[in-house]
Amino acid sequence: MDSNYDVLIIGGGVVGSAVAWQLAKTDLKTAVLEKEEDVSTGTTKANSGIVHAGYDAMPGTLKAKLNVRGNEMIHEIAPVLNFDFVNTGSLVLCFEEENRPGLQALLERGKTNGVPGLRIVEQEELRQMEPEISEDAICALYAPTAGVVDPFNMNVAFAENAADNGTAFFFNEPVTSLERTEDGWLVNGAYRAKILVNAAGVHADEIHNMACEQPIAIRPRRGEYFLFDKEAGSLARHVLFQQPTAAGKGILVTPTAHGNLLAGPTADFIEDKDGVCTTAQGLDHVRPMASKTIDHLPFSQVITSFAGLRAVPEGGDFIIAENAPGFIDAAGIESPGLTSAPAIGEMVAQMIVDRLHPGENTAYVPQRRGFVKVDDLSPAEWNALIAEDPAYGRMVCRCEKVTEGSIRDACRRSVPARSLDGVKRRVRAGMGRCQSGFCSPKTMEIISQELNIPFEDITKSGGRSKLITGWDKEDLQDGE
Amino acid sequence: MENKNRKQLVVIGGGPAGLAAAIAAKKSGLDDILILERDQCLGGILNQCIHNGFGLHTFREELTGPEYAARFIRQAEELEIPYALNSMVVDIDQDRNVTYVNEKEGLQTVQADAVILAMGCRERPRGALNIPGYRPAGIYSAGTAQKFTNIDGLMPGRDVVILGSGDIGLIMARRMTLEGAKVHVVAELMPYSGGLKRNIVQCLDDYGIPLKLSHTVTNIQGKERVESVTIARVDENRRPIPGTEITYPCDTLLLSCGLIPENELSRQADVTLSRVTSGPVVNESLETSVPGIFACGNVLHVHDLVDFVSQEAAKAGEKAAAFVLDGVPESSVQIPIETGGLVRYTVPFTVDPARMDENQVVRFRVGNVLKGGFVNVIVDGERKIHRKRMILAPGEMESVTLKKEWITPETREIRVETEAA
Amino acid sequence: MERDLICINCPMGCSLHVVLDNDEVTSVTGNTCPRGKAYAISEVTHPVRMITSVLPVDGGAIAVVSCKTSQPVDKERIHEVVCAMKDVRVQAPVAIGDVLVSDIAGSGADLVATKHVPCKGQ
Repeated sequence: MDSNYDVLIIGGGVVGSAVAWQLAKTDLKTAVLEKEEDVSTGTTKANSGIVHAGYDAMPGTLKAKLNVRGNEMIHEIAPVLNFDFVNTGSLVLCFEEENRPGLQALLERGKTNGVPGLRIVEQEELRQMEPEISEDAICALYAPTAGVVDPFNMNVAFAENAADNGTAFFFNEPVTSLERTEDGWLVNGAYRAKILVNAAGVHADEIHNMACEQPIAIRPRRGEYFLFDKEAGSLARHVLFQQPTAAGKGILVTPTAHGNLLAGPTADFIEDKDGVCTTAQGLDHVRPMASKTIDHLPFSQVITSFAGLRAVPEGGDFIIAENAPGFIDAAGIESPGLTSAPAIGEMVAQMIVDRLHPGENTAYVPQRRGFVKVDDLSPAEWNALIAEDPAYGRMVCRCEKVTEGSIRDACRRSVPARSLDGVKRRVRAGMGRCQSGFCSPKTMEIISQELNIPFEDITKSGGRSKLITGWDKEDLQDGE
Repeated sequence: MENKNRKQLVVIGGGPAGLAAAIAAKKSGLDDILILERDQCLGGILNQCIHNGFGLHTFREELTGPEYAARFIRQAEELEIPYALNSMVVDIDQDRNVTYVNEKEGLQTVQADAVILAMGCRERPRGALNIPGYRPAGIYSAGTAQKFTNIDGLMPGRDVVILGSGDIGLIMARRMTLEGAKVHVVAELMPYSGGLKRNIVQCLDDYGIPLKLSHTVTNIQGKERVESVTIARVDENRRPIPGTEITYPCDTLLLSCGLIPENELSRQADVTLSRVTSGPVVNESLETSVPGIFACGNVLHVHDLVDFVSQEAAKAGEKAAAFVLDGVPESSVQIPIETGGLVRYTVPFTVDPARMDENQVVRFRVGNVLKGGFVNVIVDGERKIHRKRMILAPGEMESVTLKKEWITPETREIRVETEAA
Repeated sequence: MERDLICINCPMGCSLHVVLDNDEVTSVTGNTCPRGKAYAISEVTHPVRMITSVLPVDGGAIAVVSCKTSQPVDKERIHEVVCAMKDVRVQAPVAIGDVLVSDIAGSGADLVATKHVPCKGQ
């Protein structure tokens, strides 16, 4: 195997994949090294899925610039790369008259950052926009460009488009060694590249510190969430933030890109970079805080709770720079990292282009085919699809209406699903109200057939996450 | 030529409820019936309930789940009732247009004179239980584990903790044990088990598996596969009591924490649902708020015994047939059945004195254990039934029979209640 | 000898106290109905259980066939009976009522199929 690359990207999260996607437009030879079995398994996997408008970050910071640019890009690329983005707009709710100046300051900051369309909405209009919100909300900052995105889908879309256009992806490939060579880097003693991009999420400090003299530190900060049944999805129409005050940053309540309702996150610094567990304390914190926004949140309709980690840098701003020769950091990408990801991809790709002066990828195809969602099809379209491939007439996940055809498709893509979670992230089988109770055996059967792996070796999410431990009676001991 | 897109009756679901309903409808004179089943065979969840104990009321013998299902399947086949397998209903509207999909016919819409909802129920997932911790492999609903073990012949785990002592959880404790797994404990949030005594004795005690009442899971450890599960005692408000935690090293957590009627389709047809049962609100004919749409079995309310499902479904089938054939006039009076004491709900929720049976069965469940109390039926202040019950328990479905002669269009109050001793 | 049992006949779950004299039940207390007494006597003198399980099917439309013992077997012998199933495989097609193993583990009960399993592809 030829393992000489122009660019090696460490990390297949949304940032690393966005860099790969942007570089795929050039004739550079690029590969992505991902330590897990799939893309979108770290910070990208568990976050709010918000496309921020860009009024939050301080003017002049990378966060401010890339957020606004990223927001603009997501509007443009969502229909090209076919990932789910809903331009809901966002509201920052103000609950106390004395905090109104703060809201005004946020508006001014947004204007300085170049966020379009910001304005304050008063009680009456606010009620019309959000009939279910608490009586206590007195006014809000409205940002019409904000929205919600399916983070996995956006990540997979970047990765697939990159792979479709020639980028190589290596999975289960944690970076354990970096060596400087004459004209670049040698990674894990096997992969050579002129330029390394560090997009390793919460582990970006470890990668950075292997390559650079000035160490950095990334601290994981956990956020815990509740996800509600789609029945509760209509309770909020916009992303609903609470105004950050001296009392804290607040908890958001938002519809998701697929019509569920999401409430969270907490913000607790932890030590463990894999510490994605929810806690009783964390969930107990979200409940009353979220209820400030909508006082009748139906917690009986919660279908799952989850936790994710933010990659918090020391300095407060994103770390995007060539911090050693041929070593570019895209580190400390905490919120608004998801929104900024395409812009980070653009920025890092430009830095590489400026260094290596590549030619154009003349065969580049900008479009990426989305997954079939039967609810989006007319009866005639669905019938035509079934006539072509009967698997689209076999319903596997009844909660989210996912057919066998879509699951097979997910397993056949250029960056294929290899596990139950991989399928779930791509086509939502198992994402619904029964949380895979009914469909997981069938989905496993399909993965087993498509990827030619024994049923009992199928995992939930790679590694040691096997779902089956053996055959019936295999462990039965005689003579007990 | 038969009009393929018109049916007298569409039954959604080919499990015990759908089968019994279709059979009764056919016997009541309907010829043009279609059962729509999403799975690859008829029989529904009974196919994976391989334990015995089914059918004592219906057949006076103890059958296993697949055997019980097979008797109804055979009847349906003998009666030549058409059914479509692997067919998922994706839409139903108030005019009883039922749209389903399968690989052979694609998307089909059938205009039905009557529809019977018999979709069954699903298990409450972990998220609804609010258990903190990681989300590794090895956490299954008891029913999913049952599918792996009994249909696929595969073990979902070796060392098992079970949360919830409903019958499926108890049955799976024995099943996993007999297939070679070690079941460490069954924890139950409530101070009583929702399962049958017989299952506690024969599924747990026989195998030395402890049942810890008033306990819940407070943590799940393990990032890839479950590595241990922590349970703790809960106080009267069901909050874990610090200091009472016990951690069991294990690779599997099974959840058997309640069933929820599966009413996504009912909602699409704008059928009114009960907040108590999560199933449709039905009248004496088991008809929902949408005329011509009937409901029975676990989609209506979660049953304890399949025999009662079959009885109820047969009633729905007869009433649907009457609706189609006799053009039953729309109900003019519906008298609500009120609940009192520990009675959580009744099915039916309302009765029409003109349309009710001579002996109208009313099923109900209680919200707590009551020993030595009474079940009363009160009609306009007059106690018509006053029956002593040695025990009433939330896990058991109860019933009373209303006499038609007690109720007139002028009746103001019908109440089913429990009374403490 | 004395034994304490929980009655399984109804949700009451009466705590039964049984006194035996040389395998002969001399008294049952704690029961609230006659069914409790009958249960106690059979449970202490000759406890039996139905066993249900599955066996792998070769060439079947599904992987395993469900089965049961044709009659209840001695409670003490459950493990023995289940272990005797360990290496048994059956050939499709299987019909309800087919005897899959006769007199399994010498228990006196046959192992009987409780499900139809047609051949694969049928």
